[in-house]
Amino acid sequence: MKTWDTIIIGGGHNGLVCAAYLAKAGQDVLVLERRHVLGGAAVSEEIHPGFTYSVCSYVVSLLRPWIIRDLNLPKHGLELIPLESSFTPLPDGRSLCRWPDSDRTRREIAEFSRHDAEVYPEFGQTMMQIARFVKPLIDAPAPDPTSLKPQALSDFWKTGRRFNDLAPAHRHELSKMMTMSAADYLDGWFESDVLKAPMAVSGIIGTFQGVRSPGTAYVLLHHYMGEIDGAFRSWGFAKGGTGSVSLSIAGAAQSFGAEIRTEASVDHVTLSGGKATGVVLENGDELRARAVVSGTDPRRTFMGFVGEENLPPEFVQGIKRYKFRGSSGKVNLAVDRLPVFSSRPNGHEHLRGDVAIAPSVEYLEKAYDEAKYGAFSRRPYLNVVIPSLVDPTVAPPGKHVVSCFVQYAPYDLAGGPSGWPAQREAFGDAVVDTLAEYAPGLKESILHRQVLTPWDLEQEFGLTEGNIFHGELSLEQLAFQRPVAGWAQYRTPIKGLWQCGSGTHPGGGIMGASGALAARTMLGGRG
Amino acid sequence: MPLPSPFHPRTSQLCTSLQWKSWAGYHAVCRYGTEQDPEYHAVRQSAGLIDVSPLYKQRVHGPDAEAFLCWVSARNVAKLKIGQVGYTCWCDEQGKVLDDGTITRWDDSDYRVTSADPSWSWLVRQSKGFDVQIDEISDDLAALALQGPKARAILSDVCGDDVASLGFFRAQRTTIGSAPVEVTRTGYTGDLGYELWMAPDDALTVYDALTAAGAPHSMLPLGLDALDATRIEAGFILLGVDYFSARHCLLDSQKSSPFEIGLGWTVHLKRDPFIGSAALKREKLQGSPWALVGLEIDWAQTEQLFDSFALPPHLPAAAWRTAVPVYEGKGAGAKQIGQATSGVWSPLLKRNLALASVLTPHAALGSELQIEITIEYQRRRVKATVVDTPFFDPERKRSTP
Repeated sequence: MKTWDTIIIGGGHNGLVCAAYLAKAGQDVLVLERRHVLGGAAVSEEIHPGFTYSVCSYVVSLLRPWIIRDLNLPKHGLELIPLESSFTPLPDGRSLCRWPDSDRTRREIAEFSRHDAEVYPEFGQTMMQIARFVKPLIDAPAPDPTSLKPQALSDFWKTGRRFNDLAPAHRHELSKMMTMSAADYLDGWFESDVLKAPMAVSGIIGTFQGVRSPGTAYVLLHHYMGEIDGAFRSWGFAKGGTGSVSLSIAGAAQSFGAEIRTEASVDHVTLSGGKATGVVLENGDELRARAVVSGTDPRRTFMGFVGEENLPPEFVQGIKRYKFRGSSGKVNLAVDRLPVFSSRPNGHEHLRGDVAIAPSVEYLEKAYDEAKYGAFSRRPYLNVVIPSLVDPTVAPPGKHVVSCFVQYAPYDLAGGPSGWPAQREAFGDAVVDTLAEYAPGLKESILHRQVLTPWDLEQEFGLTEGNIFHGELSLEQLAFQRPVAGWAQYRTPIKGLWQCGSGTHPGGGIMGASGALAARTMLGGRG
Repeated sequence: MPLPSPFHPRTSQLCTSLQWKSWAGYHAVCRYGTEQDPEYHAVRQSAGLIDVSPLYKQRVHGPDAEAFLCWVSARNVAKLKIGQVGYTCWCDEQGKVLDDGTITRWDDSDYRVTSADPSWSWLVRQSKGFDVQIDEISDDLAALALQGPKARAILSDVCGDDVASLGFFRAQRTTIGSAPVEVTRTGYTGDLGYELWMAPDDALTVYDALTAAGAPHSMLPLGLDALDATRIEAGFILLGVDYFSARHCLLDSQKSSPFEIGLGWTVHLKRDPFIGSAALKREKLQGSPWALVGLEIDWAQTEQLFDSFALPPHLPAAAWRTAVPVYEGKGAGAKQIGQATSGVWSPLLKRNLALASVLTPHAALGSELQIEITIEYQRRRVKATVVDTPFFDPERKRSTP
């Protein structure tokens, strides 16, 4: 029987990145994907004929530039198109659009607050300077401050030195961001809700927290680390949907000799003498390997494929305490015409970026209130994009796809998560109703609707509790504590078994860093 | 998407070259025709009329207006007389320049402040404890600059009052036709000239009156390209080109004190403390690491260098603002001691000029430095001598009949 160097469980973007790096280093690599299509949550699918949905993840920003270069992803079909603007319509018929043209943005904000208009660039500059400190942390394995190993000490010393390099004022800002809520932190900068609400929202994406929950301010920084073509703070669409990112990585992996199988569902990891020796598929096939890497989330990996009886009890406790608490859903629409927002009925320049239904901080907090007690928000936060406006390949001419990220949709409904299928369409209606309040003709234009609740995300995409980041991106679950303190460097208590998914540092979003850093660690190099 | 200024209906008709750029979010003409020479020579021989509406303007008024402006400005605003205009800069607490502009005193407690960057919010944030009102009036005032030796004659023709006697850096209220206009004897060309401030609704009336009066004097509309050439001749620095606002700098080394960008003369230290005064006092005592100087690039050597390529000398037809390194010493021992940030061949003076930031030990008048020049894609160096600015300083700039 053939023995592979490495078998990777899960053909999501991190698993594929890991495969590509290992294959590039000369390993014999096999990737096993349960679904019929590659990409995990970074996937494009033609659910309705002629319309390609970025089914789950829908924008690209933090995909590491060095991964794009190392794997030569443009050669394998990656094309990133920048999001040009950020539009926030209000119920009273006013609206704010933020543009790449700073003068234009200043004029728009000044309609609400002249003070905010002039402070906005100062805020951006401060965030950029602080992000300089944080950014190198996501490009290397997380240094463990509790370890006394020379490497850990040296890593930590370097981190400390970089902190010291920050101007004192920026050090103070960073410590505020580590402890404050996004809304409170932004209150210190701005006075207008229309600006604060869509900004604060970035602190809660994928977490079961509200914009007034402490610690959420930190995530604001992530928005100033995005990087496309060397320009900071830009978000982009992948041409052909986010699945193109995964397919380009798969193409790179295959060019280095990796083998990729779809519809190959893993049942469990085989162990021998406390060491991983391969996997058994659901169809009974046994595959052998010198190393097994799991790109799935920590609970699925350890509780599902390994089994707690094979793991140290404290580690099992750690994994059990690791929080998922999915809080978001997704609604994809195929429409026969462009939505018209009543606050800005003319033209569509303002729809080429993202549209945030986040009219006020209070609106967001109310949406969270409902979720706290086990109901989806009747008026949720929506992040809407219409990629077909800039990428005509995803919809027929004149028609469009409308992608709505929805928060809050708590995994744990009042009657338990299994109540979701019965509420799926009601949830979809709430989303469409909400959006239609701002874009009145929307309902009549819908040709097809796909509704994904956290339950669906778990069932179909294997995301435990529907958490889109393989576990909440809250401060206590980041860096050397992701997923469990002491096991944050892609290793596991099982020899020969590794992790490379979003549930490891740095996690979250289509970054690819977890996959790449796992491969580097396995190959014995430093991150 | 830039906006049209109040003069757009006229300037868009006149701009046959369709060469525009965005200035502070407004459409601004680079040059009206395909060549900038006619516009440049109009400023130096007759007059040029330029739309400067995109400048940022703030009104500062109230009982503490004087005390407040003294607190924020490097210049002692208390010394400004009513009807006087003062050029100043604003610094942060570390004494690094945020912006430069003018302050016009209209009466005891009413001032207008112009700036290159949006400054309203910053001013408001410094105003705690002052009984002062700060209004952003950028869009409430259209502005024109009428510059050149014939500017006085043209303006006298159209104004309802005597403006001919208006002194250098003085302000006066008058009318043009039925339109109330504020006139300041200021400008960015280093020539005789005025700036006119009016309600946007009156913009076209004033523009038409000036165009009619200017025609017999061969006045031309003036674009930003020719303006750039004249401001370098006048030795005027430009925010974002020759220095950077401390507000936008990513590194401390990118920031400048007023002493380092030739604005030391606007700093009045012998008075009550103001923002940045402690740091500026220290720097005044200890000296500044950098200095802004004028450079004259040696023509004979330039010609020789071109000749070694079998080429006649060739210079860009317009002002440039891509920084180039400046060195001390020649050959392998040469050391970069600064950079020239903008420059122009002066058609009037027939000299190749640049503004440069250099380390203070190399800033003395007459210092012989080397500046990089690129010929046929190859980098060479020619001699550049530190000379006094303004390069061009005609008597008519300040004189009053």
